[in-house]
Amino acid sequence: MNPVHKGHDDRLVHSHDHGEGGGHEANHGSFKGYMTGFLMSVVLTAIPFWLVMAKVFDDKQATTIIIVGFAVVQIVVHMIYFLHMNTSSEGGWNMLALIFTMVLVVITLSGSLWVMYHMNANMMPMSAHDMRNVP
Amino acid sequence: MANPGIPMSSTGEATSFYDLNGEHHPENGTMLGFWLYLMSDCLLFAVLFAMYGVLGGSYAAGPGPKELFELPVVAVNTSMLLFSSITYGFAMLEMARNRQAATLIWLAITGCFGVAFVGLELNEFAHLIHEGAGPQRSAFLSSFFTLVGTHGLHVSFGIIWLVTLMVQVGKGGLTPENRRRLSCLSLFWHFLDVVWIGVFTFVYLLGVLR
Repeated sequence: MNPVHKGHDDRLVHSHDHGEGGGHEANHGSFKGYMTGFLMSVVLTAIPFWLVMAKVFDDKQATTIIIVGFAVVQIVVHMIYFLHMNTSSEGGWNMLALIFTMVLVVITLSGSLWVMYHMNANMMPMSAHDMRNVP
Repeated sequence: MANPGIPMSSTGEATSFYDLNGEHHPENGTMLGFWLYLMSDCLLFAVLFAMYGVLGGSYAAGPGPKELFELPVVAVNTSMLLFSSITYGFAMLEMARNRQAATLIWLAITGCFGVAFVGLELNEFAHLIHEGAGPQRSAFLSSFFTLVGTHGLHVSFGIIWLVTLMVQVGKGGLTPENRRRLSCLSLFWHFLDVVWIGVFTFVYLLGVLR
């Protein structure tokens, strides 16, 4: 084997091992990290339930926006503190897969709701009598 | 020269693209693969959420979320899943410290919370079906049972997996293989908690609010 080539290999393997060790430690998280995530989740869960159960706001649209906002924040909290997501784990492939999935999720959800809402709105109004005589 | 067919610069940089010896494969490729599985599972839930979003208002003159859902029960259910998440985290921390007995105890507590969650959910389903609000009553209830039931099935299989791993750890100890398996289940378990955030927000809270 070419000695230069071999030296190159060793360097790669070494840096690889080093990266692995760092990633391994981060993968299990820490007690502080888990507790932070847990306490934030408790607060982020309790507030939406309280808002709906105690009927805090009269305006339903405002309540909807607030509890959806809390859900999004809580999902991010879970991703960071429980699933240990970051941009460097698995060489960034985790994050890339997550972003791709999120794009597909947004397209699926918004597309379905948008198209089906308009299909519903544009349907001919039908009476029970018409329904019974559908060809 | 080991690789005569491959063009090579004087420093050997060019050959680093070709992994002929298989030396550069990441050792924990399993975790990336499992993450990709979770992302595909995420798409499955996205489609079920989309279906619920489309059909969630079609009551067919039957009962709606306001009459059917009991938020206090859902709140208890949510806390069960949240507690099981943190106890699984403690199990992972004990695993990192190489303490087998403590790991098994935390895993058992996690399993108990999981069983409580599934039990409460089955109880809710039984109650709904008893009231005549089963999956065949309306499009809203069909999509509700499909979405929430799929999540419940995931948790049930997670519990089976958890028990299997507890047996494996009990027999073989905290070997590298068992650590890898526990890490996969950790991702799976926390992922199900993330999906549940979507369920209790969009199905239960927004349903009662509607």
